[in-house]
Amino acid sequence: MITREDVEHIGWLASIKIEDEEKDELVRHFNSILDYFHQLDEVDTENVEPTYRVVELDNIFREDVAYGSLTSEQALKNAPRRENGYFKSPRIV
Amino acid sequence: MIMLSQLSEELKGGSSEEYVSRLFEKIKKSRLNGFTTLAEKSALLAAREFDRSPGTGRLAGVPIAIKECISTRGIETNCSSRILRGYVPPYDAHVVERLKSEGAIIMGKANMDEFAMGTSTETSCFGPTKNPWDTTCVPGGSSGGSAAVVAGGEAPAALGSDTGGSVRCPASFCGIVGLKPTYGMVSRYGLVAYANSLEQIGPLTHTVEDTALLMEVIAGHDPRDSTSVGTKSYSFLSGLEGGVSGMRIGIPQECFGEGVDRQVEKAVWQAIHTLEGLGASWQTVSLPHTRYALAAYYVIAMSEASSNLARFDGLRYGLREGEDKDWHTTFSAIRAQGFGPEVKRRILLGTYALSAGYYGRYYLKALKVRTLIKQDFLKAFGQVDILASPTMPIPAFKIGERINDPLSLYLADVFTVPINLAGVPAISVPCGFAGRLPIGLQLIGPHFGEATVLKAAQAFESATSFHERSPEVV
Repeated sequence: MITREDVEHIGWLASIKIEDEEKDELVRHFNSILDYFHQLDEVDTENVEPTYRVVELDNIFREDVAYGSLTSEQALKNAPRRENGYFKSPRIV
Repeated sequence: MIMLSQLSEELKGGSSEEYVSRLFEKIKKSRLNGFTTLAEKSALLAAREFDRSPGTGRLAGVPIAIKECISTRGIETNCSSRILRGYVPPYDAHVVERLKSEGAIIMGKANMDEFAMGTSTETSCFGPTKNPWDTTCVPGGSSGGSAAVVAGGEAPAALGSDTGGSVRCPASFCGIVGLKPTYGMVSRYGLVAYANSLEQIGPLTHTVEDTALLMEVIAGHDPRDSTSVGTKSYSFLSGLEGGVSGMRIGIPQECFGEGVDRQVEKAVWQAIHTLEGLGASWQTVSLPHTRYALAAYYVIAMSEASSNLARFDGLRYGLREGEDKDWHTTFSAIRAQGFGPEVKRRILLGTYALSAGYYGRYYLKALKVRTLIKQDFLKAFGQVDILASPTMPIPAFKIGERINDPLSLYLADVFTVPINLAGVPAISVPCGFAGRLPIGLQLIGPHFGEATVLKAAQAFESATSFHERSPEVV
């Protein structure tokens, strides 16, 4: 069973602030959806390999040749805050 | 009903500008809410250019609508999410480059469920798109805008993306054709990722021939997508009229019975008998793990979403409001404001499924079940050439009817998600009506079996007239 505290913790892990009034509904939805997911427990997956990719691919190599990329102006164009040609982030330390 | 190839020819008389401006007039008066951003200026400019010198492109002069999550250079691409409002990509998605190189005109962006997470186009930050056949009903999702504008006569064709049915579901609900290609056949370069191991871009059109033409244009290897496979280009039109004589059709027993609307079931069986009358044979097959597909799909999709959507933090693009505090507080506030409830739900559940102690129970378990589902399909395709089922178990439902019960919405995807888990191609074609709401037939092929699927769909379309009906939208 997922609790209000679990929801808070998951929100912290996902970097999404969860307001108090959202918590009860999230708890209810999570428990009903997870309950549905638990039917996977019925499936015998002993000796079954996981499928990460549906179409099998070998390692893809390319020639070691440089190709074009965005200019720094293009890359910064959509940034809501920038300074001296850099993205401006919140304080980290 | 005018084919895209025919439309391109007719417009060569010098009338593209007039045609395009007529469409924009219609869109501005429309109640469907199918478009989010209109690229009117650049589209009219391109049309004028075409009228002066039509060129030889196979889509020359043909206007096309593009789903919100497919990058278009110079045209806002926001995935119908508040968190990406104002983002203007500096580059085109591979598929958009391909369309432009064949002379197509980009009309604008089509509404969708926020970040493609939904079955009804109700989770968009621009509000729901309406079904042209009944504007109190949803158009399906998540490519609901793409389907509604084509069905409603506001665009001759559109591109959508399909992660768990997001092209086929709205095609079915809006009575048009929609194809989900084999995973890896169409480059995802420039498609904003939701669940990257499942999704493909696909066409939404009035006819199977149009879908085949668009597939010839957009399919093919692209080194910028590391999961892109196959050859440089494909030919789908040349074998299109091959017919279904001798074709073996498998009917998955799991796709009929409980939970399937009576009228849907009847229309799909009639379609199977139509194909039989054209020389195909059918037999029942079993996809025994189908009942676990929805759970496996949602675990995988949510897990991938939690990782893919971690990039939205207001740093390089998108929403950034208020004063900066410390890193975590700032990002958590931006993401809380920017994402809608369904997107939050999926990111949070995906985060949970991938978190320490639960990875094996949910994510790894779902990937193993995915293997079993894929094997079911491989086994079935050892016996038959294609599979047939309803696309959706029900016709379009009312706007607002299911949106507050997420699980009931997820359950509507029961026949579309197994296809994405297996990575095989599938098309939805109109096969009947429940009252005035369209019903879709899903035809599924083995990996890279698009040509066979399209050939069967073409044979069905030629023998029926469902695709010729159009809604009377006011």
